[in-house]
Amino acid sequence: MSAKPKDGQHGANVRFHQIGRRLPRTDAPGKVTGKTKYAGDYSMPRMLYAKVLRSPKASATLTRIDVSKARAMPGVACVLTAADLPHRVMPNDIPGQTGKDRLKTDNQILVKERVRYQGEPLALVAAESLSIAEQAIQLIEYELEPFPGVFDPFEALKPGAPIVQGEDNVVATHQVRKGDIRSGFQAADVIVENTYKTQFIEHAFLEPEAGLAWIDENDVVNIRMSTQVIEHFRFIADALGVPHNKVRIMGAMVGGGFGGKEDITIEVYLALLTKNTGRPVQMIYTREDSMFGHGKRHPFDIRLRTGLTNEGKITAVQAEITADAGAYVYLSPYVLLYSVTAIQGPYQVDNVHVDARAVATNNMYTSAFRGFGAAQACIAYEQQMDEAAKRLGIDSVELRRRNFLQTGDSIATGYKVDSAVWTEQCMDKAIKGLGDRPADEGPIKIGRGVACYQQSYGRITWLHDTSEAWVGIEVDGTVVVRSGVTDIGAGQTSALAQIAAELLGVHLDDVKVYHSDSAVTPLAGTTTATRALYMTGNAVKQAGEAVRDRLVRRAAHALSVDEEIIVLSDHRAYDVNDPDNGIELADLVALCASEGIHRSELVIFKAPFTDPIDRDTGQGRVHPDYVYGAHAIEVSVDTETGEVTILKSVAAHDVGQAINPQAVEGQIEGGTAQGHGYALTEDLIYKDGILVTPSFSEYLIPTSMDVPMQVDSIILESRSGRGPFGAKGIGEPSLTPVAPAIANAVADAIGSRILDFPITPEKVVRALHHIA
Amino acid sequence: MTVQLNINGEESELAVWPNETLLAALRRYGYVEVKSGCEKGDCGACAVLVDGAAIDSCITLAGTMTGRTVTTVAGLSAPEELHPIHQAYIECGASQCGYCTPGFVIATQSLLDEISNPNDEDIRVGLSGNLCRCTGYVKIFDAVKQSAATLNQD
Repeated sequence: MSAKPKDGQHGANVRFHQIGRRLPRTDAPGKVTGKTKYAGDYSMPRMLYAKVLRSPKASATLTRIDVSKARAMPGVACVLTAADLPHRVMPNDIPGQTGKDRLKTDNQILVKERVRYQGEPLALVAAESLSIAEQAIQLIEYELEPFPGVFDPFEALKPGAPIVQGEDNVVATHQVRKGDIRSGFQAADVIVENTYKTQFIEHAFLEPEAGLAWIDENDVVNIRMSTQVIEHFRFIADALGVPHNKVRIMGAMVGGGFGGKEDITIEVYLALLTKNTGRPVQMIYTREDSMFGHGKRHPFDIRLRTGLTNEGKITAVQAEITADAGAYVYLSPYVLLYSVTAIQGPYQVDNVHVDARAVATNNMYTSAFRGFGAAQACIAYEQQMDEAAKRLGIDSVELRRRNFLQTGDSIATGYKVDSAVWTEQCMDKAIKGLGDRPADEGPIKIGRGVACYQQSYGRITWLHDTSEAWVGIEVDGTVVVRSGVTDIGAGQTSALAQIAAELLGVHLDDVKVYHSDSAVTPLAGTTTATRALYMTGNAVKQAGEAVRDRLVRRAAHALSVDEEIIVLSDHRAYDVNDPDNGIELADLVALCASEGIHRSELVIFKAPFTDPIDRDTGQGRVHPDYVYGAHAIEVSVDTETGEVTILKSVAAHDVGQAINPQAVEGQIEGGTAQGHGYALTEDLIYKDGILVTPSFSEYLIPTSMDVPMQVDSIILESRSGRGPFGAKGIGEPSLTPVAPAIANAVADAIGSRILDFPITPEKVVRALHHIA
Repeated sequence: MTVQLNINGEESELAVWPNETLLAALRRYGYVEVKSGCEKGDCGACAVLVDGAAIDSCITLAGTMTGRTVTTVAGLSAPEELHPIHQAYIECGASQCGYCTPGFVIATQSLLDEISNPNDEDIRVGLSGNLCRCTGYVKIFDAVKQSAATLNQD
């Protein structure tokens, strides 16, 4: 308990009334009854239906495209190719940033000449019906000449390799030079060296991309979209050649994101088609469209050399990191950076040396996915800890204990963590949660594994992240929150309602959050990077406090007592020492309204702003803060079939402060299942750039049959975070340690390690029989 | 072609294409609470009850529905009322992004019609035709158990 917990109290409210309670989320009733409308559920009169024509080849030259037959088909309103676009390229960077070093992330909206990945869009069609649009797609004639492709990052780095991006296919590099790596290894008694490989992963949100666009009477292009980021409206406006204030993006409740709806997806197609036809246009992806239509999780190749003393103290960490960026840059430089900041793990290491690169290939482009590079790093460093323990003959839990990073210690980039670091407490609770270890039974071997982690929350500090929110109270005492935040299913808006309810003394149901409208709600930034609660939660808290302060001041005057002893709770303002001396909230607000006292507040919350890290040493600040925790797993392995069954799963995370523990558990349980798929079953397989697993029949996410018999979520609360009431975050952290914990459990069961993910039954059987 | 059927308690007549799925027809007629997740029968987001049994409407032809009774997630209870399964899903936190939820609620009803007091294995098997990417299924299992307890009380 190294960091001093911050005061979680506010004003005279000596205890929480709403925060920390397991309240049903405000979005739940609409969702369970089917009333909630998702982006694809909206329609308009005279609406057109849109489809995308995609390249069946991964690397080719488009030598001819003839859309005349498609255009001539009755019922076809519009066919667009690259030749029809005012601006052919579009950036795919993080929106809203004001920091330096903007990335060169341009990608072509439609293929003009060069096809770089399978599924790259060639043309767009809008028609009177979906069936006409599908037929028109078939009528488009085109020729693709084969162009030499490259499908492996190491091949792409070789001299003479086909060039996909830039001069040498290297789209991003980062390096760390912390301490003195040579003396670090000299001080080591043993050096453990391994290379860990991870695979392409699909987000597999259940709602494929969907949206509806129309042009209103003021020439504003309106887009109702399933997206994590409404602030792409600026890039869309640039692509259309219209001013930024003439594109409006509205979210709907998002049917899952996980990073896959962070980049621009269909909004640019919708905007172009509605602009060209003047009519409303709907586009709803099929599952296959979705598989081809958004970026994937980067496969990583991580070579780790770890120096340790015989006593188990880490003296040096050296890493060579290679990520497959696929055909376009997208967020690869940032994903790579996250892996670099995390590679030291939650351990104290003085000497760190990292060389990392993201390399373009003709595979599907890769971009954001829950964990964002730090998850891949954890798969490497936590397996490495177990391998080091084995080599030293020290228990792997004990080895971790001897090396844990503490508050005030520096991570790989030299930044000294100033919040609580409760990794050890989390690890102990998670392991204890596994209970008694069952015995092996014949060919069924039991194995146990643990993984600890460090995961950032909040965006990179030199992107200068901000979030705005508006909080107001109506004259009947109900509360309105306005925020541009998108709700991707983790309870983002419900958490804001809970914060506002706490501050203004009302119940959760008395708060309405109006959200995700780029023209109307204050811009809140993206729902990515485990930042929504941290950033927008703080903005709502500060705005709510401003309104609360005015109410309290007026109530103190009305009740003839000091402000300090006024409590707002249960729709009343009252004297904490004499609860009968009070005023109904509605009466108090009416009083304020009649006197012109401001009943609302607009706040901008700013994260720490820094300059970029030093390019040569990688030293500096990258993130606002970090989350720490652990995951413990017990598996059984059938040594005859190679099948791995997860028996027990216990997670322990320091979330700072749980706003709604039930929602936090939901994040942990969902992250657990995704980590389970990551380790054992999920694998997007590209053969020479061609996806051979394009549906849920081939790409296997966990089902109800795969859930462990015991799943526990232990929530620790250091109240040391930078979020509201000391909150940290749990969206990404919940996933990060799961897959390496499973890998460690399997290695414990079978006595050898499978270094490349996923751990399939075939690989387990091969490892058991020592078959290369 | 024309199909006469009962949807959520109302006698309805739908004009459908011979190759149109029940999912597409229902959504075209405004029953957008029925969700499309894969159009292949893999995910169960489109599940509805047909004569009381859960089916994937994405791999069912609308033209075969004459005389049938179709119930969507919205039809389990009167419009302003919550069915015990709805209530259990809300209280247990069983819905996150919510896109798979209509299918899970339907699968829950179908399961409990068949087995009024399911054990853990019954629940896992009963929901195995539905995919969820957010919850890890844990709170969905809780909701099924709570639904069973409430319905068995009534």
